[in-house]
Amino acid sequence: MSFENFSFYMFATVLIGAALSVIFSRNPVHAALSLVLAFFTAAGIWLMLEAEFLAISLILVYVGAVMVLFLFVVMMLDINLNRMREGYWNYLLPALVVSGIFLAELIVLIGGRVSFSKPLEVPAAITVEGNTLQLGRLLYTEYLYAFELAAVILLVAIVAAIALTLRRRKDMKLVSTDEQFSANRENRLKIVSMPTEGGRREDPS
Amino acid sequence: MIVDFLTPYLGDQLAYFSWTLIKVLAILIPVTLCVAYLTLAERKVIGFIQLRLGPNRVGPKGLLQPFADVLKLLTKEIIIPNGANKFLFVIAPMLSLMPALAAWAVMPFADGLVLSNIDAGLLYVLAITSMGVYGVIVAGWASNSKYALIGAMRSGAQIVAYEIAMGFALVCVLMMSGSLNLTTIVETQRTSLGFLGWNLIPLFPMFVVYFISGVAETNRAPFDVAEGESEIVAGFHVEYSGTTFAVFFLAEYANMILIAALASLMFLGGWLSPIPGIPDGFGWLAAKVAFMLFFFLWFRATFPRYRYDQIMRLGWKVFIPVTIVWLVLIGVLMRMDWWPW
Repeated sequence: MSFENFSFYMFATVLIGAALSVIFSRNPVHAALSLVLAFFTAAGIWLMLEAEFLAISLILVYVGAVMVLFLFVVMMLDINLNRMREGYWNYLLPALVVSGIFLAELIVLIGGRVSFSKPLEVPAAITVEGNTLQLGRLLYTEYLYAFELAAVILLVAIVAAIALTLRRRKDMKLVSTDEQFSANRENRLKIVSMPTEGGRREDPS
Repeated sequence: MIVDFLTPYLGDQLAYFSWTLIKVLAILIPVTLCVAYLTLAERKVIGFIQLRLGPNRVGPKGLLQPFADVLKLLTKEIIIPNGANKFLFVIAPMLSLMPALAAWAVMPFADGLVLSNIDAGLLYVLAITSMGVYGVIVAGWASNSKYALIGAMRSGAQIVAYEIAMGFALVCVLMMSGSLNLTTIVETQRTSLGFLGWNLIPLFPMFVVYFISGVAETNRAPFDVAEGESEIVAGFHVEYSGTTFAVFFLAEYANMILIAALASLMFLGGWLSPIPGIPDGFGWLAAKVAFMLFFFLWFRATFPRYRYDQIMRLGWKVFIPVTIVWLVLIGVLMRMDWWPW
C-alpha cells in the first residue's frame, strides 16, 4: 500500500469515526470536539486532493473561529442529559425520512457521474501557478457578483445578529470610554501643600 | 544526499520518511532548546530591569537553570482534580503545544532552508496557530474548576478577537509581496537599499498591530488576563501540575518564538541584511528574532495588566479599523502606481 493510500484510509477512518461520535456521544462538549476532529480530517483529505486553499480555509474558518464559539455556547449551557434523552426514539421515523431524502438527493446529484465499476477521474492538478491564485482570480473576475452577494448576505447576518442581541440596560454601570480617556490630572488629583513635620509641635497632653 | 544513502537499507518510501523525520527533529530540538533558554533570558532580563540578579546558582551564571526547572517539573506528580474529564484534561496541553510546533514546518530559516516550501505557507501558519485556542478552552472546561473556566473563556474571546486584526495585518503583507509563500515574502523585500526595502517602512502601523496582537494571542503580559493571578488564581491552567503544566509552559514560549519569527520574516526582511554589502544569512534572522523576543520580556516587566473590557476595545474598536484603513490605503497606492519602491 502506498503512502498516499495509507493516509487516505487513515483520514477516512478517523473522519467517519469522528462523525459517528458527533451523533452518538452523550456529552455535548465531546460531540462538538468530535466535530472539530471531523473538520480537521476532512481538511486533510482535501489537502491530499491538492485543494490546499480550501483545506486551509476550512480549518481557518470552521475550526479556528466557528467551532470555538460553538464550544463556548455548549460549555455554558447546563444541559440535562437525561431529559434530553427522553423520547429519543420518537424521532426515528422523521430522521429516517429526512436522511432518505438527503441520500436520494446526493445520489441524483453525483450519481450520473459516478459508476462503481470504474474509479472517478480526478481533475488534473494545477501545477503552474497554484490553485490559490487560480481560485482568487476566478472569484474576483468571473464570479464577482456571486462573491459580492455572499459577502452582503453575511454582512446582513452580522448586523441582524447584533441588532437582535443588543439591549442597553438602563441601570448599566458602564462608564463611557471617552470620559475615561479624557480624564487628566487636573480634574482627578489635588495636591494640597501641608506643613512638614519639621517644626516643633505642642505636646497635646 | 542522505535520502540516497538511506534508500538501499530502508526502501524508497521509508527512506524518504526517515529523512523527513530527521529534518523535523533538526527543527524541533533547537526550538525546544530556545524555549528553555528563553525562560532563563526572561528571568535574567526582568531581573536586570528590576535591579535583581535573576537565577545565578545552577551552573555557571545560572546557565543550567532551565534544565533544573525541567527536571523539577518532570518529577512532580500530576494531580487530576475530582470530577475532571480525565481524557480531555490530559490531552489539552498537547492540543496547545501541537499547533505551536506544527507551524514551524513552513518556516524558512534562510533562502531555500525550509522543511516544506508550500505556496500557501502564510495561510497554513494562520490556520495552524488558530488551533491553539482549543488547548486553552479544553483545559478550562475539563478541569471542572470555575477559575479555569473563566480563564478559558477570557482567553478564547481574546484570541478570537485579536486573530482578526492579525489576519488583516498579514493581508497587507501579502498584498505587498503578491504571494503567500514565506520565502517569496522575504525575497520581495530584497532591494539595493538594505533595510529601507523591508515591509517595516511602508507597513509600520501594521507591524505594530501585528506585534501587539501577537502579544495578546500568546496571552502574555500586559494581556495575560487569562491567568490573572490576582482575580482568578492562574486561569485556565490552575489545576495543572508537573509535566502537564510544563507542556503548557512550553507551548506559550514556543508561540512567542513563532510570533517573533513571523514578525521578522514578514516585516523585518527575514535573513536579509539591513545594510547593503554585508552578506545575508541565518544569523540575521536569529538576531531579529532575539530582538523581537526582547520586546515580549520588556513589555512584561514594564506594563501593568490591561483591564478586560479595554482589551476587547483595543482589539475590536482600534486595531480592526486601523488595519482596514491601511489595507484600503495600500490598495489605492498599488492601483495608482504611486509606489516609491
